Amino acid sequence: MYKILKREDLTPNIHLYKFQAPEVARKAEPGQFVVIRIDERGERIPLTVADWDEKEGSVTVVCMEVGTTTRRLATLGTGDAIMDFVGPLGNPTEIEKFGTVCCVSGGFAVAVVMPIARALKQMGNKVISILGARNKDLLFWEEELRNVSDELIVTTDDGSYGRKGLVTEPLKEILEGKSKVDRVIAIGPSIMMKFSALTTKPFGVKTIVSLNPIMVDGTGMCGCCRVSVGGVTRFACVDGPDFDAHQVDWDLLLARQKTYLDEEKRSLEKWQCQCDEKSKAKSGGKK
Amino acid sequence: MAKINLNRVEMPRQKPEVRAKNYNEVALGYSHEQALEEAGRCIQCPKHPCKAGCPVQVDIPEFILALRDNNMEEAVRILKSKNALPGICGRVCPQETQCEEVCTLAKKGGQIAIGRLERYVADWERQHMKASPVKPANPSGKKVAVVGSGPAGLTAAADLARLGHAVTIFEALHVAGGVLMYGIPEFRLPKAIVQGEVNYVASLGVEIKLDSVVGKLVTIDEVLKNGYSAVFLGTGAGLPMFLGCPGENLNGIYSANEFLTRVNLMKAYQFPEYDTPVRIGRRVAVFGGGNVAMDSARCALRLGAEKVYIIYRRSEVELPARREEVENAKEEGIIFKLLTNPKQFLGDEKNNVCQVECHEMELGEPDESGRRRPVVKEGSEFKIDIDVAIVALGTTPNPLIAKTTPGLETGQKGTVVADEETGLTKKQKVWAGGDIVTGAATVISAMGAGKRAAADIDKFVRGK
Repeated sequence: MYKILKREDLTPNIHLYKFQAPEVARKAEPGQFVVIRIDERGERIPLTVADWDEKEGSVTVVCMEVGTTTRRLATLGTGDAIMDFVGPLGNPTEIEKFGTVCCVSGGFAVAVVMPIARALKQMGNKVISILGARNKDLLFWEEELRNVSDELIVTTDDGSYGRKGLVTEPLKEILEGKSKVDRVIAIGPSIMMKFSALTTKPFGVKTIVSLNPIMVDGTGMCGCCRVSVGGVTRFACVDGPDFDAHQVDWDLLLARQKTYLDEEKRSLEKWQCQCDEKSKAKSGGKK
Repeated sequence: MAKINLNRVEMPRQKPEVRAKNYNEVALGYSHEQALEEAGRCIQCPKHPCKAGCPVQVDIPEFILALRDNNMEEAVRILKSKNALPGICGRVCPQETQCEEVCTLAKKGGQIAIGRLERYVADWERQHMKASPVKPANPSGKKVAVVGSGPAGLTAAADLARLGHAVTIFEALHVAGGVLMYGIPEFRLPKAIVQGEVNYVASLGVEIKLDSVVGKLVTIDEVLKNGYSAVFLGTGAGLPMFLGCPGENLNGIYSANEFLTRVNLMKAYQFPEYDTPVRIGRRVAVFGGGNVAMDSARCALRLGAEKVYIIYRRSEVELPARREEVENAKEEGIIFKLLTNPKQFLGDEKNNVCQVECHEMELGEPDESGRRRPVVKEGSEFKIDIDVAIVALGTTPNPLIAKTTPGLETGQKGTVVADEETGLTKKQKVWAGGDIVTGAATVISAMGAGKRAAADIDKFVRGK
């Protein structure tokens, strides 16, 4: 079992979990992921690491409540434990002295961008970060990201905080600006990564994305996570998850992510039912 | 001398129409009387060719004799002294091409049903015996690491532990058993039986570390630095091969590895009680003709498919699957489209696979495998409506370990180069055996390799 050393609510439905996983903590690098399974009946899901601490023996992940697994995870708190925590998987993000790097994060992916931006900064790069969210309430780690960036631009879709609009607008302006950008790293929902890729392509700036297809084992065994990059089928779990954004077949990725929409709905309904029954039983007991 | 009896005792099986709708084991096993009757047919011939036919050299006539005499504990002891996994082997070994093929009575068509007897003895042990019949030797003070807990790894670990070494198995998945857990379906090899035999290996003192991906969490060189005197690699052939034809990334097209992992390991057949889903096809096409193809087809049928096709480019005689599995599949209603090969997959507006276009094939001159090469019949294209496709073309070793282990030599298709007899690789202190060396093969050949490597590792760590 892998104990949750700390659970923190970053927004009402985005949570941080710090797991006790000393062996993984010793090996983790920016851009890698872990596969977790809550219990015997649970699904295996991949989560990219947000932080790790070798001394403490901990690995931190951040995730949003979306499907059954992330909602079930959200019922656990500090001191609880999950059954499986496997990693670190995938290749680390390439960290070198590139010059100026623009780190774009969409939604809760700021948690994944953080260690990458920090490593890039430590390597001596100039880091310009763009942090985007749908609205103010979904923003977190603004200060943390600012601390590892030379410059930070915050956007919200509805203008409730920072600049109103999508991350691609400031990204385009930065690329049009005077100072040369040597590399862009864009991580977030697939659609955001797709449009970031389309934004940077005319400028010919190498753009790296971290793909998030459906996975089962995460070690190259099943091929569920196959993506098409440069016309070649690759497995995101072992060949990625980082790929050249300009080579990715985005429409295929977006379509494959929808494979289990019906099943996800059924699974959630069942989970919701169980929750309702539990809360009924609870309130019944109180009477 | 009693007259030779050539009538093999049949093993009861679930009826096809019943079993096609459940996940319970198809073969039901002998009753005690049936087992004694079959054991009584063995003529205890002096040459016992069956032993040489067994990749792990089980003392077959001896255990059959003990069984015939109703000395069950002795039969268990004899069987388990050579084979740590008899409940598994009794179910999935291709005895018809090994021990049974060379049985003295085989010439007259009455070979002893050795596999069924092995299964009976193993099942008897599980039901009647508590303590392990085999006692480990005195501790040697040496640590040996085994990577992978499939048939090769479990066998190597069991033998090394019995010889007195402290063995740690590193397993990447969340349960031990490898392909026995994720690949072979419940109805052919119940998971409780696999776990029973895994527990037996653990009871010999073997430590099993789950969720441990060697090459990522720890490298082979680090394992060797951490006090292990030798490493055995039994990581199998886990990387799926695809057809490489257009449309293969459409939704609903699975590698057999993914499909079987979802169904067997993650229990998607019990979705939504279990969280992992699998797409339930109405019309399912399985590509390939091996045991994995048969397993995939029969799983798809049990999930509720109306029509399941096996699409194979050669003819019936070349089907690599065990005859018994082909017969089982046919009885259950699987449709065999032989001499047929896919050209492309076609999808709907949501990127779901909805058709496969195939070519008819004909057999030409023999190829390098000695089998007649299938060639496309020009103008023979036709389409089949499908909503799920499963590609069961075979697997190659996962490159993860080779990539992170300097000095480990690999051959064609990513297999690790190892001495055929001892399993020693080109890297000092590292042995390998099973599918990682041979490419996808059988459970028992992997076990044989694990056994031979364990013997050589024992010699090495004792400095002999």
